[in-house]
Amino acid sequence: MESFLIAAVAASTPLIFATLGELVTEKSGSLNLGVEGMMLMGAVVGFMAGFNTGSPAAALLGAMAAGAGGALLFAFLTVSLRANQVVTGLTLTIFGKGFASFLGQPMLGLVEPKSVAAFFSKKGIPFLEDIPFFGPIFFKQDVMVYAGYALTALLAVYMFKTKLGLNMRATGENTAAADASGVNVTAHKYAHVIFGGALCGLGGAYLALVEVPVWQSDVVVGRGWIAVALVIFASWRPVKAFAVSLVFGGLSILGLRMQSLGLHISQYLVDMLPYLATIAIVVVSAYRNRKGDLPPGDLSVPYFREER
Amino acid sequence: MSLLRVSKRAELPQGRVALIRTAAVLLSLAAAAAALAAFGLNPLDIYGAIVEGAFGTGMRARQTVIKAVPLIITSLGILVAFKMKFWNIGGEGQIMAGAFAAAYVALYHGDLPRPLLLPLMALAGMAMGGVWALIPGLFKAKLGTNETIFTLMMNYIAIKFVEYLQFGPWKDPEAGGFPKIAIFPENAVLPNILGVHAGWVVALAAVAAVHLFMNHTKKGFEISVVGESAETARYAGMNITGVIVAAMLASGGLCGLTGMIQASAIDKTLGVGLSANYGFTAIITAWLARLNAVALLFVCVAFAVLLQGSAYIQLAMKVPAAVAGVVQGIILFFVLGSEFFLQYKVSRKGRV
Repeated sequence: MESFLIAAVAASTPLIFATLGELVTEKSGSLNLGVEGMMLMGAVVGFMAGFNTGSPAAALLGAMAAGAGGALLFAFLTVSLRANQVVTGLTLTIFGKGFASFLGQPMLGLVEPKSVAAFFSKKGIPFLEDIPFFGPIFFKQDVMVYAGYALTALLAVYMFKTKLGLNMRATGENTAAADASGVNVTAHKYAHVIFGGALCGLGGAYLALVEVPVWQSDVVVGRGWIAVALVIFASWRPVKAFAVSLVFGGLSILGLRMQSLGLHISQYLVDMLPYLATIAIVVVSAYRNRKGDLPPGDLSVPYFREER
Repeated sequence: MSLLRVSKRAELPQGRVALIRTAAVLLSLAAAAAALAAFGLNPLDIYGAIVEGAFGTGMRARQTVIKAVPLIITSLGILVAFKMKFWNIGGEGQIMAGAFAAAYVALYHGDLPRPLLLPLMALAGMAMGGVWALIPGLFKAKLGTNETIFTLMMNYIAIKFVEYLQFGPWKDPEAGGFPKIAIFPENAVLPNILGVHAGWVVALAAVAAVHLFMNHTKKGFEISVVGESAETARYAGMNITGVIVAAMLASGGLCGLTGMIQASAIDKTLGVGLSANYGFTAIITAWLARLNAVALLFVCVAFAVLLQGSAYIQLAMKVPAAVAGVVQGIILFFVLGSEFFLQYKVSRKGRV
């Protein structure tokens, strides 16, 4: 049980990064459905940078830059050129898939160098790791897991306790009103879309660098889409997003675990679980949405000052 | 933004619209060329090889047609859903669901005569694809669930289910332990017409049918109205749930038909790789065709050229075929961006 929970926390980390990334993006008013694509871009560039330089910092920076680059494209098209956000996001996903398999094809089967793997190995936090039960599960993990905790806390404070965070939420709730009160709405949208993209890139990189440090063709397999669903399920709140990501991290490794326990259920059927559960949560979220818990007011509405 | 002023422009004449769109596509090809050059590839060689690979010999041209068929039919399916602003990105799963049903008929009733078996497979495929799309459709109609995520998750479920069959109950005992499903009997394979399997006739008929359906029938009109504004549709007394059901059955049914054709004519069995990303590529082609069935035919043929040409350069020049995905994405980015210049005018401040 304990080993399952330890693995579940690690498996939830890419979801945490991607979900928080999309959450920030949506809170500022943009619905970027390119999460899957940005994760793939982050994964391939992160792996490539790590493989060629042997530096974990380069790998993480590369992944963030790739995710941010995809998001910048999205922001330019949807914020400046007011293109349809749904279609632009889908295009970003398709583009990211092509980009990752194009760059990744020559790297298939390559293994990340030891210097990178060592950086991402599990290291316990002194004292905390000795807490019974919770210690080994939460505090004997790799650096990215800890970064995920920190990020969740920082984002919660930023969004709900700072002026910048307030302006960001105002931009997403009612762009025209935020604009009228002197908030630079264009800058807010660009900044948060790009920041969100960088987080998605990190989430993808985790899959390629930590979870399986060997390059494979599609490492993300739908996690980007699950992240989009988790944002809704978490009612756009960082701490809730963290919690639901943990649950889904557990679901995603259930198939493998059940096999090792000798349960005779087809692995392929158990592998459907995260996807079925995602459907369940979009249904539940839709049902709940009828009683409050609404998305940001101006989510995915293009803004044009002269049309106010 | 401070030096530039953006203002809404009046309706542009048709010629200007066509000009801006053409310019966008040409620019996108130039941008893709720059991207290729950045990776140390000669873009002219690549483009030349793509055309060569798509038309160079009779065999390659036939391959191009074979790739156009599933793309056309799937794109038509996507078109119907997108007209309703129902973002069906579950084409992959609907193709798989259709292929599954067709395979069931082929494997368990393969002794039926061909003129009966093939239509039965097509019907089963369309019904199953339709149901696969209808499930998220009904949830959208009744609860307002997010259809993007729902349809996408249905992809993974369909693919996992086929994987389950392939490695489990449908595993061919005569394949020597190799996890594959049995090859269809002869009767379940689409015959050739003029050198290419009959799917191309089906694709052309489907273009005509969808064009007529969307532009000349009441249901087709209602689908567009619901897409424009559900409020208007409700005010006009339309049965919105009924419209959604019809649209999703048509949308998923067409994708399911693609599944049947690919299973019958190309793979001659069912396997996880069958949908081959057509469900996603169709999103690009349907949008580029501005959801017009006739334009869609041409866009899909152009994309089939790109797909077949990329498959060829992978073999001939050792360039990953994924280059097609990159080029497709770039083209759509430019076309999406160009819409802005159709609606707005950018001028320098003070000189409006």
